[in-house]
Amino acid sequence: MKVHLSTHVRHYTHGAATVEASGGTLEAVLLDLDRQFPGIKFRLIDEQDGIRKHMNIFINNDKARELKAAISPGDEVHILGALSGG
Amino acid sequence: MAVASKAAPRKRATKPAATKLVGAKKPPAKKLLTKKSAPKRKAAAKEVSGGAMGSGPVSLLVSTMKGAFTLKSNATRSKWTLSGPTMLGQVINHLAHDPRTRKVRVMGAKTGHLGPTIYYTKDGGKTWKEASKPPAFPKKEGGKAVDANFFVTPGHKSQPNVWWAGTIPVGLFKSTDGGDTWEPVDSVNNHPDLANEAFGAPAPGGPYTHSVLIDPRDADHMYFGISCGGVLETTDGGKSWNHINKGSVSLFLPTPDAEFGQDPHCMVMSPSNPDVLWQQNHCGIYRMDRKDANWVRVGDNMPKAIGDIGFPVVVHPRDSETAWVFPMDGTEVWPRTSPGGKPATYMTTNGGKSWKRQDKGFPKTHGYFTVFRQAMKSDTQKNLGLYMGTTNGEVWVSTNAGGSWKCVARWLPRILAIDVVEGGR
Repeated sequence: MKVHLSTHVRHYTHGAATVEASGGTLEAVLLDLDRQFPGIKFRLIDEQDGIRKHMNIFINNDKARELKAAISPGDEVHILGALSGG
Repeated sequence: MAVASKAAPRKRATKPAATKLVGAKKPPAKKLLTKKSAPKRKAAAKEVSGGAMGSGPVSLLVSTMKGAFTLKSNATRSKWTLSGPTMLGQVINHLAHDPRTRKVRVMGAKTGHLGPTIYYTKDGGKTWKEASKPPAFPKKEGGKAVDANFFVTPGHKSQPNVWWAGTIPVGLFKSTDGGDTWEPVDSVNNHPDLANEAFGAPAPGGPYTHSVLIDPRDADHMYFGISCGGVLETTDGGKSWNHINKGSVSLFLPTPDAEFGQDPHCMVMSPSNPDVLWQQNHCGIYRMDRKDANWVRVGDNMPKAIGDIGFPVVVHPRDSETAWVFPMDGTEVWPRTSPGGKPATYMTTNGGKSWKRQDKGFPKTHGYFTVFRQAMKSDTQKNLGLYMGTTNGEVWVSTNAGGSWKCVARWLPRILAIDVVEGGR
């Protein structure tokens, strides 16, 4: 599936705005991302599995609240910087 | 839109282009540490190798809210050249160099959006790698998450690859591989007193873990400070920690002389006599002879109109009784600006019995800045250099022990820390 990335983390993907990753849950997708781009997951998800408060992750148009969120083939994941700080 | 291949290389790059990142990985062994009473420290010789005197060019590593910068001087420290930024846009809480290896530097970083991490270089800053395992608390129900790597420092000279990191919220982490992987120090992070809300209570910006000090005579003897939480000491290499706050007060708690909960802003160990500690606290300036285990509020000898509140304190590299502070306004609603809008350092040469104002070169009026706890340092030269980074992005230099000051850089982002590298590196 496609994972669309905000500028904040594109230094991990060498500038790529969209990458491919696989997994049946958000956690699995993020682990696959981290396998490809080491370090990216921890910048997005803390050690207690919380989504960093100034980052938003959408599965299609739905905001993900937890890593257990299911992802189906054909879904798209959007990793976005939250509108915070004005 | 570009689509990255699945076989993306592990090499990382970041902007600006001058900053290079490459990947790495290697997990160290983990130790479970338990708390017990700290034994008495053995007596030690008074003077150690703190008398080394540097010369020549100086580099200042300047950590700011928006990246790291470097200021390099000429041989006489009369001219300074600014370079950078490295990691533009990242909050660099602390960039420190390693005097043991000359080329290693470690920085705690985060951004407004992304979580905290550590970067390190082994070539003097030409290329940077992100830690493959940055500080993180163990995963557990209700467990803590690192919000910032606030303080980093190289370990004892006998442990060349060891680094320590203090975090927000309260946490101590150790790297044994030069900053690539970090393990939690359980004796601190699981300290039973953390259950007490006075221990690690949120100071503005969070409960900071800072001022990790290592006795140059004994790698097992360390101190660190917590804002708010107080000062802790170990004499067994971190297996156990004792509170060491007697004499320092916490006027923001119902029990001002509590065992812990004080708010040390900055603590330093005398390089020439490691049994002398200095502390700029939220509630005053203190000095301790370790054998007395009692903080003495030498800030009571400061002019009353100035008070003894501030963030940093610096002790002379060759004289444990000579120290400097940069007071801030801690009256009424705590403006935390230079008292009266008139910045000045204050110097003592007699262990805090008296203080001399040093304001030559600073604004005479309307100078409303301050200096954070990690942003005032000295070098070791005969004509002692003092260096300060201010909250309004200025770097001030004195090459006569504070006798006069000169602004050598301005318009930088808010400065969080300064580290001094001698020898033209």
